[in-house]
Amino acid sequence: MEFLNLVLIAPIADMIEYPSFLAEVVFGGLMSGVMYSLVALGFVLIFKASGVFNFAQGVFALFAALTLVGLMNGTMPFTLEKSLPELPAWAAVIVTFIVMIGLAIAVERIVLRPLVNQDHIIMFMSTIGLAFVLEGLGDTIWGSEVKALDVGIPTGNFLIGEIQIQIFDLWAAGIAAFLVVVLALFFQYTRTGRALRAVADDHQAALSVGIPLKNIWIIVWSVAGLVALVAGIMWGSKSGVQFSLSLIALKALPVLILGGFTSVPGAIVGGLIIGVGEKVAEVYWGPLVDGAIENWFAYVVALVFLLFRPQGLFGDKIIERV
Amino acid sequence: MFYRESGQFKTSYAADQAIFPIKQDNWGMVLLLLIAFFAVPYFGTEYFFQAIMIPVLIFALAATGLNILTGYCGQLSLGTGGFMAVGAVACYKLTTGFPEMNFVFVLLLSGIITAGVGLLFGIPSLRIKGFYLAVATLAAQFFLSWLFNKVAWFQNYTPSGTITMPPREVFGIAVTGANADAMDRYLFCLVFVLILAMAAKNLVRGPIGRSWMAIRDMDIAAELIGFRPFQTKLMAFSISSFYVGVAGAMALSLWLGSVETAEAFDINVSFQVLFMIIIGGLGSMMGSFVGAAFIILMPIVLTNVMVGSLGMQAVTAKHFEFMFFGGLIIFFLIVEPHGIARLWQIAKEKLRMWPFPH
Repeated sequence: MEFLNLVLIAPIADMIEYPSFLAEVVFGGLMSGVMYSLVALGFVLIFKASGVFNFAQGVFALFAALTLVGLMNGTMPFTLEKSLPELPAWAAVIVTFIVMIGLAIAVERIVLRPLVNQDHIIMFMSTIGLAFVLEGLGDTIWGSEVKALDVGIPTGNFLIGEIQIQIFDLWAAGIAAFLVVVLALFFQYTRTGRALRAVADDHQAALSVGIPLKNIWIIVWSVAGLVALVAGIMWGSKSGVQFSLSLIALKALPVLILGGFTSVPGAIVGGLIIGVGEKVAEVYWGPLVDGAIENWFAYVVALVFLLFRPQGLFGDKIIERV
Repeated sequence: MFYRESGQFKTSYAADQAIFPIKQDNWGMVLLLLIAFFAVPYFGTEYFFQAIMIPVLIFALAATGLNILTGYCGQLSLGTGGFMAVGAVACYKLTTGFPEMNFVFVLLLSGIITAGVGLLFGIPSLRIKGFYLAVATLAAQFFLSWLFNKVAWFQNYTPSGTITMPPREVFGIAVTGANADAMDRYLFCLVFVLILAMAAKNLVRGPIGRSWMAIRDMDIAAELIGFRPFQTKLMAFSISSFYVGVAGAMALSLWLGSVETAEAFDINVSFQVLFMIIIGGLGSMMGSFVGAAFIILMPIVLTNVMVGSLGMQAVTAKHFEFMFFGGLIIFFLIVEPHGIARLWQIAKEKLRMWPFPH
């Protein structure tokens, strides 16, 4: 009884007793959920268009953030000397985006094109190889020490009632929402967007009506690069640009299986659910088992969820034929 | 000219179903074993055993385990590191809890315990497939690491959180602990791995292996012709975990001696073992061994060349090593997605014809 009380009743009672604290926890969870969604979004875009499970998405974010910091500090590539003029934030973002486009083209040419029509697992492994290459490359070009990133997003906090709110988090949520809206409009109303949706629907049918598949892949990987850049800026401003940034990919995976590999709204809703669930569990149930359950809680939630709905929240229904 | 089966007639079923039906393969294998048992111990140094031979053997065993699950049964798993940790911790708890128990039994029991854990995490595989399953197995990886790190009972309440293997003997020869000779540990590893690999080879070419492959190739079709998917998949999960668990127990006891569980068996180990079977060859017993040797040896060679010969700084060399490693994996996947085992097969086909073109 004592144990059941501790697990089931006490945390709930806590929540009801201090609603403002609960609100703060939930709000914090939503904010980290936005971050997860951003990373998961990159995965979904690529998976939809090319069927590749891109494990390197986290490293993309790291690489983008490293490039951005390097440009803003005026670091000369490969030498670690500050001999170039320091770029303002907006210019650095644009240059970094161009670098990410170049990266997308390189990836399509060197990795994807020779591997067309291979097994999914082979493509997956090649993106792990890609992750290794980019990690080494980023560190070789820009150096491996922890760097601070400040692109001028305001910081500080204010109170609504008793709830403390970080201004940075609001900005992050706003930028993420803006990005999603822009992407949605792009997919819905432009010629390229229509082609992208066609490719996502059916590769062969898209090819047969004359949509150039290889250009589409470059575009998709560039868009994923842009999403990675935004994610890199957000995470980098929050916790510094460092190697551990590439590990956020691992945090985005449960979000993916919760939301479904092929659904953009799924990535966002999944991210928010995981973010809130994780924080609430850590705060209310974490102390019972000595904390640090954040690392695996999301996975277990996703796993239990999958048992009931194997294709995730919004994923395409899996139809199997013999 | 030298590799041709002409004149070798099979007169019994046993001869027809031998693992190495061709005489040349047989002799090659005997030669390889002679080298492994006599030449290597004779010429090997402490460093050679500790840094190359023992890890290659242990990871070959882990790769065999993962190959059973991924290569033969088609269930992608990223939880290998977590299951190795289970094996290592089970081995540690068994040796410290029952000091009289024979070390060989300790290893086997650790494997059986890991098989139980693997069975548990294999249950979702009936509903979940493909990448969804791969991500689900990551749950095992993170949960197990966390568990062994947080619950002090698994470390016998040592303040540092590391587990250290006490010395044990097999047939009067020390094989674990600080005083065990590297050559003895190597030979013990070799015998153990060979016996288990032999068992695995026979499993995968028998009815159980056929049912795994049926599930791998198309699970619904396999179900329709009478294979039970649930039992078959769970069997693959538990047997695979057994091998991985024994490999983890051996990594602790015979190779590292003392580990911090969450660090030594982290997610990178899972990826490493996955690389081994992809590079070596999915669904090939030889592939597990060749892949393990390749993945263990490559960083050592790269570091030696870059730091030793080219005089690079260790940090820069580390970054280059990352790049080379990733690049080489991509290169391999592009050139031969079916791994080194497939290359070997092609070479054998060519050898049968040589020196004639047709």
